[in-house]
Amino acid sequence: MVNGRVGDAVRRPDAVLKVKGDFPYSSDLQVEGMLWGATVRSPHPYARIVSIDVTEALASPGVRAVLTHQDVPGRKVYGLEIPDQPVLAIDVVRYWGEAVALVAADHPEQARRAAHKVNIDYQVLVPLTDPEVALTPDAVRLHPDGNITRQVKIRHGDQDAHADVVVTGEYEIGMQDQAPLGPESGLAVPDGEGGVDLYIATQWLHVDRDQLAACLALPPEKVRLTLAGVGGAFGAREDLSMQAHACMLALRTGRPVKIVYSRPESFVGHVHRHPGRLRYEHGASRDGSLVYVKARILLDGGAYASSSTAVIANACCFALGPYECPNATIDGWVVYTNNPPCGAMRGFGSVQNCYAHEAQMDKLAHALDMDPVDLRIRNAMKTGCTMVTGQLLEGPVPVAELLRRVRDVAMPPALTTDPVHLTDMPGGVSNTTHGEAVRRGVGYAVGFKNIGYSEGFDDYSTARVRLSVAGGRPRVEVHTASAEVGQGLVTVQAQIAGTELGVSDVVVLDADTSVGSAGSSSASRQTYITGGAVKAACEAVRQRVLGLAQAEFGGRQAEAAAGLRLEHNAVVSGDGVVVVQLATLLGDEVIEETREFHPRQTSRLDPETGQANAHLQYAFAAHRAVVDVDTELGLVKVVELATAQDVGKAINPQAVEGQLEGGAAQGLGLALMEEIQVRDGVIKNASFTDYLLPTILDMPPLRMQVLELGDPHSPYGLKGVGEPPTISSGPAIVAAIRAATGRALARVPVRPHDIVDTGPRGGAPGEGLRPAAAHGGSPPA
Amino acid sequence: MKVGCTVNGEARIVDQVWEGESLLSVLRERMGLFGSKNACEQGECGSCSVYLDGTLVCACLVLGGQANGREIVTVEGLLEGEGLHPVQEAFVEAGAVQCGFCTPGLIVATHDLLRRVPEPTEMQVREALAGNICRCTGYAKIIDAVHLAARRMVALQRAAI
Repeated sequence: MVNGRVGDAVRRPDAVLKVKGDFPYSSDLQVEGMLWGATVRSPHPYARIVSIDVTEALASPGVRAVLTHQDVPGRKVYGLEIPDQPVLAIDVVRYWGEAVALVAADHPEQARRAAHKVNIDYQVLVPLTDPEVALTPDAVRLHPDGNITRQVKIRHGDQDAHADVVVTGEYEIGMQDQAPLGPESGLAVPDGEGGVDLYIATQWLHVDRDQLAACLALPPEKVRLTLAGVGGAFGAREDLSMQAHACMLALRTGRPVKIVYSRPESFVGHVHRHPGRLRYEHGASRDGSLVYVKARILLDGGAYASSSTAVIANACCFALGPYECPNATIDGWVVYTNNPPCGAMRGFGSVQNCYAHEAQMDKLAHALDMDPVDLRIRNAMKTGCTMVTGQLLEGPVPVAELLRRVRDVAMPPALTTDPVHLTDMPGGVSNTTHGEAVRRGVGYAVGFKNIGYSEGFDDYSTARVRLSVAGGRPRVEVHTASAEVGQGLVTVQAQIAGTELGVSDVVVLDADTSVGSAGSSSASRQTYITGGAVKAACEAVRQRVLGLAQAEFGGRQAEAAAGLRLEHNAVVSGDGVVVVQLATLLGDEVIEETREFHPRQTSRLDPETGQANAHLQYAFAAHRAVVDVDTELGLVKVVELATAQDVGKAINPQAVEGQLEGGAAQGLGLALMEEIQVRDGVIKNASFTDYLLPTILDMPPLRMQVLELGDPHSPYGLKGVGEPPTISSGPAIVAAIRAATGRALARVPVRPHDIVDTGPRGGAPGEGLRPAAAHGGSPPA
Repeated sequence: MKVGCTVNGEARIVDQVWEGESLLSVLRERMGLFGSKNACEQGECGSCSVYLDGTLVCACLVLGGQANGREIVTVEGLLEGEGLHPVQEAFVEAGAVQCGFCTPGLIVATHDLLRRVPEPTEMQVREALAGNICRCTGYAKIIDAVHLAARRMVALQRAAI
């Protein structure tokens, strides 16, 4: 039960269960007679499957079923945009860890052991792991249509523009993992009539259901999904992982089947943030006005498409950052390789390019001998300017203000060495320095991205709202299929219903597929779109309630009836007098309405020019980072982050702050430590021991300024909040390290040996040191 | 193998525990105590933090067999009667819970910190919770929650004297 209105810092209703350890996550589900599933995965990044022998596995203790691609009842492939990924590998494996076969057994250990007894004969092939090579015509074709998943071209203004000052740079972004703490997991329960119920941690129930129905050869109504507790998502749960596998095993055995991934398996069980190589050229006039930008962006999509086609569109649309520029030439590719598949992660294409455009702005400021923030403000987008895609920016575009605000935050105190506090030092209590060779740096970054799905996608949500009387009090039930993944969406839905219907008892029902689609908990869109659907359904309920009230009381109080509204569990007249209590008015009557909310339509990028009104809403954030760097050891301590973000309207201010803080931490992770190490297509650090996540010691205080400038088109004026904090936080940190060290730092995450000058060494990208380019920019190698 | 131990004050015996099975697995799969979480199962993230004879441990790093004859307290054992422990209350109130998968471990680790150091400095909080990974919150509201719980527990203790 939630009691709170839009704008209140309402406590989340699931928090009490979560602090008690009683919240049922997908990995906690249990049912009588349940079997455990395990997945047989490819030990090669690229190989032909010569044969699969399941005899030994089937004969193992406790084993109830062993399945291969031949057992997939329906469509043998799935995918969010391009159905190119086999449910179980067919004849060929294209990445290390690809699912090849399934086992169900009485005990999880029996299932795991039997999985090792599925004998697969592979003919190992040379993997294609360099995205640059994937682009070349002679490269091996990993999919029938070739290796280019999508090419995006944006042509804006004069394509031959020249400028007084030119800076260039080439940047490389490592592969980041979403690393939600809850592993992929779920429970499939056969209904005995050929259908299946799946309890699952996902971001979008209906897109899972539709893919499952196709793969299981079942009508959608026979595949029912209910959201189980989700232990974080961040994009990792957009694609299917174990969903089809658990359903197949359950339907085959006639028993409930649970699958829970281990952490190493999770690293191959979901897509990652695309690694990128970005080459930029910025031209500006002597006064600091941008004249042109040329960008070439190459993203490695790995073995299957996932949401790559949308990620590359974002990377290109937002390639310049939130700056006005009359001329731009942007070319982007996302390609297939035999690396781990990449797709959605918080920031979705706008993270990679922010490292590049912000490094370029700092280079340009240096070349022009200008203050980097002044240069950004001079070129900042504002209301009424156009994107490189030709789309007009309406509503508040507070780029300059966000930058001024983070610049004006008081600086943290200087590092003191008298006395030495080890906990303040880079390296901390490891006692690696007492302040000698420690240099402070300050860096800035600003970024933006789209809110909601883009390029003509009908991005809608559905809400059912029911008003009745329970225990003598009016009670509202809100039912949607939207996925609470930790962000606080359940609370927001309740707040909206409480506000619109003036009722204090609001319950948000479990999300499932018995109500229409809510779309994905992605693209920072749910508060806008599902919030909009809840609001619309509430408005319809309200209209009926007020109709009832008017019929009953309107005749007597015609004047007051005109302004009737719902407040404090009652119908209230225009002048604030209670006309009738809702409980009295409704009696036994139940008022239920279902509404879809479809925001403004967008359109697809023109394939030759990239021109289109491609996006629904734009959200902006800026960060300032202050770092102390041990220039001898390459260790970094982020001393403080400051941020300013326009959220339009903070529906739940405490939850908004949580997004700004958590998003900044994920940005810090990519800047300094988080990288999936892939060598020859093989992940070398698929564990939390070897994949480093920011701890409470790594995350500095965050000084936040939340602006509520109001979007003219969205419900309550709100803007999506979740992703912008992850975009500019990392680039600000890297800028600060550059300022402290003078190093070019063209690659993230920044590693100690990128900071410490041990002399240039050869080696493949990402393996050795790169020669330091002079600050101010030398041409790309 | 048979394992007998005290869990949250109650004597428990479970049979057929596999020699390689972790205490975390015993708690979750054999005793139905799902509060301790399975995020990394490698002792890196602290999501399965429990007390073993009063010492804070990762249940994933303790063998089920090692728990024989010992006393275990999990997040489920920290409730005060029907009500929340002040640490739990503070996490709810400060907004320190998002997806919540790390929360049970953080509750136990914070409980352990505050019984040793009733009024910790921010750096003491950070040091004490450095073994608990949270992917959602960025930790700011967790630090707020620990300080809030500390203030309340100290005030309660003073009132009791």
